[in-house]
Amino acid sequence: MTETPARPPTLEMRGITKRYPGVVANDHIDLDIRPGEIHALLGENGAGKSTLMNILYGLATPDEGDILMDGQPVTIHDPNDAIDRGISMVHQHFMLVPVLSVAENILLGDEPMANPIFLDRRASHDRIRELGNRFGFEVDPDAKVGSLSVGWQQRVEILKALYRKATILVLDEPTAVLTPQETREIFAVLRQLTSELGTSVIFISHKLYEVLEIADRITVIRRGKVVGQRVPAETNEEDLAELMVGRDVNLTADRGESKPTDVMLVAEDVKVNDDRGHEVVHGVSFEVRSGEIFGIAGVAGNGQDELVETVTGLRKTTGGRITLGGTSITTASPRDLHAMGLGFVPADRHRFGLVLSFPLTDNIVLNDYQSEPYSRGLVRNDDAIRTRTEACITEFDVRTPSTDVPAGTLSGGNQQKIVVAREFGRDLKLLVLDQPTRGLDVGSVEFIHSEVIKRRNAGTAILLVSAELDEVLELSDRIGVMYRGELVAVVDARTADKEEIGLLMATGGKISPEATKSMTAELEQAS
Amino acid sequence: MTAIEAKRRAEAPLLRRLLRLAAVPAVAVLGALIVGAIIISLSSMASGPLDLMLPLQAYGNMFEGAFGSVRGILFTIASATPLILGGMAVGLAFKAGLFNIGAQGQFLMGGIGSAAVGAWMAGAPAIAAIPIAILSGALLGAAWGFIPGALKAWTGAHEVVTTIMLNTIAGAIIGYLVTGPLEAPGFGFSRTGVLGNSELPAFEGTTIHLGVLIAFALVPVVWWLLWRSTLGFEIRTVGANPDAARYAGMHPALITILTMSLCGLLAGLAGAGQILGISHFMTPSYGTSIGFDSISIALLGRANPFGIMAAALVFGAMRAGSGLMQIEAGIPVEIIDVIQALILLFLATDVVIRRLLRIRAESAEPDELQTVTKSYGSGSPT
Amino acid sequence: MDVLYGIPILGIIFQFLGYVIEVTPGIAPIVLGLSAPIALGAMCGIMNERSGIVNIGIEGMMLSGAFAGFLIAGLVHQAMGPVEGFGVFGITPALLAGVLAAIVVAMLLSALHAWLSITIATDQIISGVIINVAAIGLTGYLNRVLITPNPRLGAGTFSTFRIPQEVADFPVVGWIVEMFVEQGPIAMSVVILVIVLQVLLFRSRWGLRTRAVGEHPRAADTVGVNVIRLRYRNVIIAGIFAGLAGAYLTLEGTSSFQNQMTANRGYIALAAVIFGRWTPIGAFGAALLFAYSGAFGQAVRIRPPGVEYADLGPIMAAIPSQVYGALPYIVTIVILAGVVGRSIAPAAVGRPYVKESHA
Repeated sequence: MTETPARPPTLEMRGITKRYPGVVANDHIDLDIRPGEIHALLGENGAGKSTLMNILYGLATPDEGDILMDGQPVTIHDPNDAIDRGISMVHQHFMLVPVLSVAENILLGDEPMANPIFLDRRASHDRIRELGNRFGFEVDPDAKVGSLSVGWQQRVEILKALYRKATILVLDEPTAVLTPQETREIFAVLRQLTSELGTSVIFISHKLYEVLEIADRITVIRRGKVVGQRVPAETNEEDLAELMVGRDVNLTADRGESKPTDVMLVAEDVKVNDDRGHEVVHGVSFEVRSGEIFGIAGVAGNGQDELVETVTGLRKTTGGRITLGGTSITTASPRDLHAMGLGFVPADRHRFGLVLSFPLTDNIVLNDYQSEPYSRGLVRNDDAIRTRTEACITEFDVRTPSTDVPAGTLSGGNQQKIVVAREFGRDLKLLVLDQPTRGLDVGSVEFIHSEVIKRRNAGTAILLVSAELDEVLELSDRIGVMYRGELVAVVDARTADKEEIGLLMATGGKISPEATKSMTAELEQAS
Repeated sequence: MTAIEAKRRAEAPLLRRLLRLAAVPAVAVLGALIVGAIIISLSSMASGPLDLMLPLQAYGNMFEGAFGSVRGILFTIASATPLILGGMAVGLAFKAGLFNIGAQGQFLMGGIGSAAVGAWMAGAPAIAAIPIAILSGALLGAAWGFIPGALKAWTGAHEVVTTIMLNTIAGAIIGYLVTGPLEAPGFGFSRTGVLGNSELPAFEGTTIHLGVLIAFALVPVVWWLLWRSTLGFEIRTVGANPDAARYAGMHPALITILTMSLCGLLAGLAGAGQILGISHFMTPSYGTSIGFDSISIALLGRANPFGIMAAALVFGAMRAGSGLMQIEAGIPVEIIDVIQALILLFLATDVVIRRLLRIRAESAEPDELQTVTKSYGSGSPT
Repeated sequence: MDVLYGIPILGIIFQFLGYVIEVTPGIAPIVLGLSAPIALGAMCGIMNERSGIVNIGIEGMMLSGAFAGFLIAGLVHQAMGPVEGFGVFGITPALLAGVLAAIVVAMLLSALHAWLSITIATDQIISGVIINVAAIGLTGYLNRVLITPNPRLGAGTFSTFRIPQEVADFPVVGWIVEMFVEQGPIAMSVVILVIVLQVLLFRSRWGLRTRAVGEHPRAADTVGVNVIRLRYRNVIIAGIFAGLAGAYLTLEGTSSFQNQMTANRGYIALAAVIFGRWTPIGAFGAALLFAYSGAFGQAVRIRPPGVEYADLGPIMAAIPSQVYGALPYIVTIVILAGVVGRSIAPAAVGRPYVKESHA
């Protein structure tokens, strides 16, 4: 896998610097990649990893610095250039066109032509099948990409790279949307690529344990600078975390004991359809008590969003009942639920949580504007609104110069704090949190987690939905797993096994644990 | 723009803020007049040598016609009146994320409603006839705004196309009614009946009728509605982010329908005012340019009722003075349409203008110029 | 037949069908011509929207093309004097110059729309409205200044291709052949253009890249497709269709220019695009439907249902004639209300593409 130092590195980036208004995204970064190695780039959100890779892929130009391939200096003007030089990138948000077929997606930009105008369909199908078989993917070239599962879509992305004869494959947060099982499979593929084809892989991630598992070398970036390089054998999660964040990080919040009391939220056989009319929640039942955190784990897209929207009144059920504190809320509107003491932190804060162009004051009273003291009838009471806003800003330490600035001018973390301030700052019976810390910096994550635990200790019932298994494990008292619209298991967090939950997330319990363990052992042996 | 910058601009002294707001529209009007002058000069070549003085003479005549006499000024104000209402009919829709091109149809329906009811109540005491006639026009206009609003809310049909279709259909309805059931006997041509006591009172010898006062009075009312009332908050939220609006307990579908109906009401009032106050009857092919004028005015006035009032006065002046310009300078009145289009063009390229003047982005608030296309083709109601 | 007509209530439907069957062969020849501007406008719309650009300005482009075509053709005709028309279509240099002028003007306006939408990133609907307002204003103004003083300006029209009478009289299919073939050059070319665009859109490299750009421009960008250049090219070339539509109005359908003669056909074209699910053949079908409804309205006025349609006649006579004139517009609304909820536009339509990514 790794070559002797005598050969020049496949890729060398020297002194790369890139400035954007107000921030230095990359600050004299040095990176070298050897042939056939899996090199991990580790760093927090916003540390500069994506910028560096965009430069490598020709989507951005560096202000200073050089790029060398096989010892020769090169300039990469645009993605076409990068592809010609053998650099391929698989983005975190897939660059696939859902309505086009697998073949059309893979070939876009480099289409085999029967003549100057028309595509050669047969040649393209043949090539794709050939590539797929080589790596054990049996993919139907005519399937619409939008109908494939996330794991399969990622394989299509990798086929795209292989079709273009990539020697350097850049993967940006590839496991963000995968189950532990799918992650294992993709790792096997990567090992096969590096050992058989000699491809180099640059693996961007912020997940410490994965990086330790798959990488040959690890480069840690913090605030645009390289702060350390490690080999997995010589480091561990704590060391890496400290490098990433720059200080001692408490990796697990102290959850403490929960003292649940009465049942607050009951869902009975709830069925929900998605926007297209397909049933995506098939009769889910669970309950949440006051003073406990019930966390629902699951890969995104298994019905959790629709379930959350139903509980919060944004979507109708097609069957089943939901009660809050004994009162039926199956058909309640968001406004009713708000009055009954429901708080909601939505997954997409730009969509449901905030109006970015409105000032903070308007956002703070977004679901209270029509009641006293913020208004009487048609007339708004601006003073009362301002007072409440100021209180929220102080209590939740929101960094903003005034109450009247548009919400869109705040950073992501501060925006989420506004949403949290609005929802948490009341007497709540039930708090629903959907991906509450997605995309936030470590400081904000710590803050929000501690606020959640505070509320739980004060007696609120909390329903947490998160695709980050770690977050669910860290905060929840009881854990449920959603798989294809069903709640396939509910376990006590104190006795939960992370492996077991990951398996449930991936398979829904349809395959026995023993069978899967031996399957993965075989895969690992083969690589 | 960062939060600190936003705070600084919000706290700048009033005069500077006004100047900043008015800068782009002012430049747009100026630029349009300059290019218009070029076009006028060039077209002078059609009937003789290039006359560079012609634009100055033309603009001079226009100004004189609009402001040169008391009668002129009053005429300008009267011309601006329907434009104020029409501009608000479009501007209010912009705030809700809608593009109301139907002001023309709503105006016509308002006109025919008040013409019909007015003629019917010609003999009744004025104290009853006038309000009822006005109300009829307003309600019919509101109905004509309700239709595209409901279609958008319930079926997702984009209002840009439906309102234009409804403009034509309104024209067909007018044609049918005025030559049919509403045709008044005894005149040499097809027209609606005599208004009698339904006519709007006017100041002695002028064209300043009751409708003018209503229009100007509505400006602060609409402003208050948008910025100080809960309903206005709902309208603006639905326009800015319909999903957040739903979460806040608002009903985007209802707001869409309500807003379009209100817009129709405003445009219908404009029609009622024109008929009851100025022309006093309708003909089968009653024409009006209020549709596109209102769009230009709403954009020029940045969808703010006071800005719209100012823009309407500018346009009213142009139209009022164009008559004199055509007589004295021989320039066809259609040049106003060209200038209007140029104003829109300059507004659309305000990014370029701002760079020239080194004015930075206005605010984080989505320009009404940027928000409207979001809903096109989405197929889902609001 | 008469038996069917006599059924209470249902009989009216049969009478209506019978009436439709009776009048259709009579109006068929003009349907294609009537649909030509709408169909060509729809082709322009499809090229724009499939690339991700909303173009409301088709109406203005059509109108400007119509005016420019008429003006240039008339001036050339004036300069050259009467010239014998060449070939079955009666092509003269004047007419040819007119078509060219129409196309050029529409392409220039398309370039403006492209610049405003892609580079300046103005709201695309507003950009389209600006073009429409500008077109109405400029053509109205120039009409008054240049054409009205010159009432005898004009280059005539293209001639219609005449098929032998035996073919036209052929039972059953004769009138269909007549409908598509007894036309002027622009109307006849519509069918060919529709088929060509359909094939190119779904089987050529250009079509694949266009569709990708309209759905997910960033994905196309990352594999090296130049999104900006493709959009510019498509929007400007799409102008050809709008120009042809305008040329049809003043150089083939009629031989004069009237203010606002496009009569909102540009907007009906947009409805045709949606109805046809953004495919050329679908939009063409929609255009035929609209044209048919307009022609049907005329037929009812000229040849109302006869005595054999006992119940139908009085009903149709009671409907005011203005309704028939407004039929295409009513049909448009009905279609938009019924169809849009179910058909999906290209996913990225209307959103300006911003190239460089941050961090």
